[in-house]
Amino acid sequence: MALLTFKKGVHPHDHKELSKESPIQRFPAPKTVYIPVCQHLGSPSQPVVAKGDRVKKGTLIAKVTGFVSANVHSSVSGTVKDIVDIPTVFGNRAPAVVIENDGLDEKDYLSPLNSEDRAVLIERIKECGLVGMGGATFPTQVKLSPPPDKKIDILIINGAECEPYLTSDYRLMLESPESVIEGARIFLKILGAQKGYIGIEANKQDVYEKMDAILKDNSVLKAVLLKTKYPQGAEKQLIYAVTKRKVPAGGLPMDVGVVVQNSATAVAAYEAVKAGKPLFERIVTVSGSGINKPANLLVSTGTLVKDVIEHCGGLTEEAAKVILGGPMMGISVAELDIPVTKGTSGIVVLTDKEVQKEEYEACIRCGKCVDACPMNLSPFHYIALGEVKQYIECEKWRVMDCMECGSCAYVCPAKRPIVQFVKIAKQKVLAEIRRRGAK
Amino acid sequence: MKKLYMSASPHIFSKTNTKKIMLTVTASLLPATFWGLYVFGIPAFLTILTSIVAAVFTEWLACRIFKFELKVNDGSSVLTGLLLALTLPPETPLAVTFAGSFFAVFFGKMIFGGLGYNPFNPALIGRAFLLASWPVYITTWKKPLREGLNMAGIPESIVNMLTERNIPQTVVDTITSATPLNALKQSLLLLKEHSLSIEQFDTVKNALFDPGTIKNLFFGNIGGSIGEVSALLLLLGGLLLIFTRVITWHVPVIYTSTVAILGFVLGGRGFFDGNILFYLFSGGLFLGAFFMATDYVTSPMFPAGKVLFAVFAGILVVVIRRFGGYPEGVCYSILIMNAFVPILDRFTAPKPFGLRKKPHPRDGKEVKK
Repeated sequence: MALLTFKKGVHPHDHKELSKESPIQRFPAPKTVYIPVCQHLGSPSQPVVAKGDRVKKGTLIAKVTGFVSANVHSSVSGTVKDIVDIPTVFGNRAPAVVIENDGLDEKDYLSPLNSEDRAVLIERIKECGLVGMGGATFPTQVKLSPPPDKKIDILIINGAECEPYLTSDYRLMLESPESVIEGARIFLKILGAQKGYIGIEANKQDVYEKMDAILKDNSVLKAVLLKTKYPQGAEKQLIYAVTKRKVPAGGLPMDVGVVVQNSATAVAAYEAVKAGKPLFERIVTVSGSGINKPANLLVSTGTLVKDVIEHCGGLTEEAAKVILGGPMMGISVAELDIPVTKGTSGIVVLTDKEVQKEEYEACIRCGKCVDACPMNLSPFHYIALGEVKQYIECEKWRVMDCMECGSCAYVCPAKRPIVQFVKIAKQKVLAEIRRRGAK
Repeated sequence: MKKLYMSASPHIFSKTNTKKIMLTVTASLLPATFWGLYVFGIPAFLTILTSIVAAVFTEWLACRIFKFELKVNDGSSVLTGLLLALTLPPETPLAVTFAGSFFAVFFGKMIFGGLGYNPFNPALIGRAFLLASWPVYITTWKKPLREGLNMAGIPESIVNMLTERNIPQTVVDTITSATPLNALKQSLLLLKEHSLSIEQFDTVKNALFDPGTIKNLFFGNIGGSIGEVSALLLLLGGLLLIFTRVITWHVPVIYTSTVAILGFVLGGRGFFDGNILFYLFSGGLFLGAFFMATDYVTSPMFPAGKVLFAVFAGILVVVIRRFGGYPEGVCYSILIMNAFVPILDRFTAPKPFGLRKKPHPRDGKEVKK
């Protein structure tokens, strides 16, 4: 069978061998957890606990505040010590609920749900605070409630995990394929979609075979093998690979009748419905040559990155960069007192040798960025215009269609930080669009 | 606590870099360079050395004058120097070579801001400058050192046959002492002036298009510029570039095919009278096709632009070779097309994913029906 894929993209070494073989282990929740009130994309949630409150695992501690928002739950049982501002991965500070763990592990789950009703299922997913666990952390219930004029006929479960190093989805799909499939069934019910695909990259052949064996008599759900290429797991690229449908520029997958959900989100949905378990823990890959013992850990949200790294034998002598997420789109952090959140798919530590330290050079117009860009854009323009502070001009070269996958910067022989300039350009263009709208 | 590095994503990079690319291109030129050294000996060596030293020196000097950060170690000026030397006759006076190399790097590259900003291929700028300033020096070729070879690569037996068939000795001398392309051009001129009859021209033409001549062209048993003599070794270097993914096959193949097809159509006395292989293997076509038309900085960014660039450059080669004042058109064909790169880049950008129609280059908006 020919492998499904998209056009262009890059082939970074995946380094998954570092953590591929280590089964998921539970990382015991630390004495104190710092659970950020906002762990999702959208409006921040409102804390509903106060200092001194007693909470259990799964107790609601912050409530949704708008349509695009998500509940937050306690990941330990214990006492709320305070609500304080702590550093976030984005470099700013944001409120977090500090809970002292009493070690009793008492649970406060919702009751298991047997309903087939669409609205009830969506409500449950919303209650349990589900977000996209691939890293974007978009509230799941929003993705599952398309406006009535958008008919969804295809669901895709994203098991591509195209980021190098990360193996959290791989281990999850390998160890509990049934949960992924059950989660997919729940999504199918909610969406009323006729067809579901579980997209798996070819470097996870064993997962594909397992899924395929379970689904061989299933007429609705099907496992499909994708070419190992970055960014195979990007939403629009995945949809194109599986369905050959092209999401319009500036549009959403629902515009072509597709909804994509991460495989970890599917498992979370399954647990939310069948066990009433809110989303308060996730699998985190701790990997990279800068870490002593790479592992796949089930970590409670609010656990500090520092503690997780310590559990994995600490940083090596040469460790020089800590990335939350994968090395292509993840965010590097300066301090390790940052809590793991619902979107932390990995903690990747790179060594001094692997860090790009030299100054970037002039563009030699090799065109490799153009050949790599999965969105078919012209990345070289963004940095060239950015260097002369012509950020607004980037709009003409459709910078807003860029998803910041980093393929262009990855291939650039002059090591130009294209994505950095794209991020700035997008902000400036957005501000300009708003200004125009205000006129 | 340990200090950690911070940067925007991505955090991993491919292993390639500018220096490696320049080194690969330079290495790919070595087969042809060594052949040039073997055929032409010490003068060729001195020319190459002078050209490279001058190029590196000029880059250093320009960096000092313009207060640029010194980046001689990226290897680009070594490449420019080598490329220029390969387009020169082996016995070019060293001062002329030095001047050409200086001009190439200083006015071809550094004055625009250095590597990456030059609109024209620096080596070709250097060559064009020399061709305009000291035309005699750089069109005076010496025969290869090896015994029994003439400039045009016409086998001895066929030269004898020419004499036997009553071709005037002056004509025979002209064509055997000129490079193959020049021999063809001279004969066409003589035909036009009626100094040669049609039959005589055809005899000369057949001598030039003879498989033996073509073979000498391909393997490099001819006179000419240092690096342009052996089509085979240039092809080998070009394949190395394609194999190492420094370039793709598109531009060289389209460029040379255009030349081959048009050369067949227009390259002889009437129409469809040319010889495809003769047009391919003679002159600096392969050097231009693999190493100059594919120069990153001065060629288009987008696939469609590259195709147009190659096709039009190919047409220009044949037009100049056949109708222009020079026997060879590779240099000017690429320089002229370099000038069109900005406009090609403006109008040949690919259609972004998820758009039905190409966005308008003026505002980037999708053109509404």
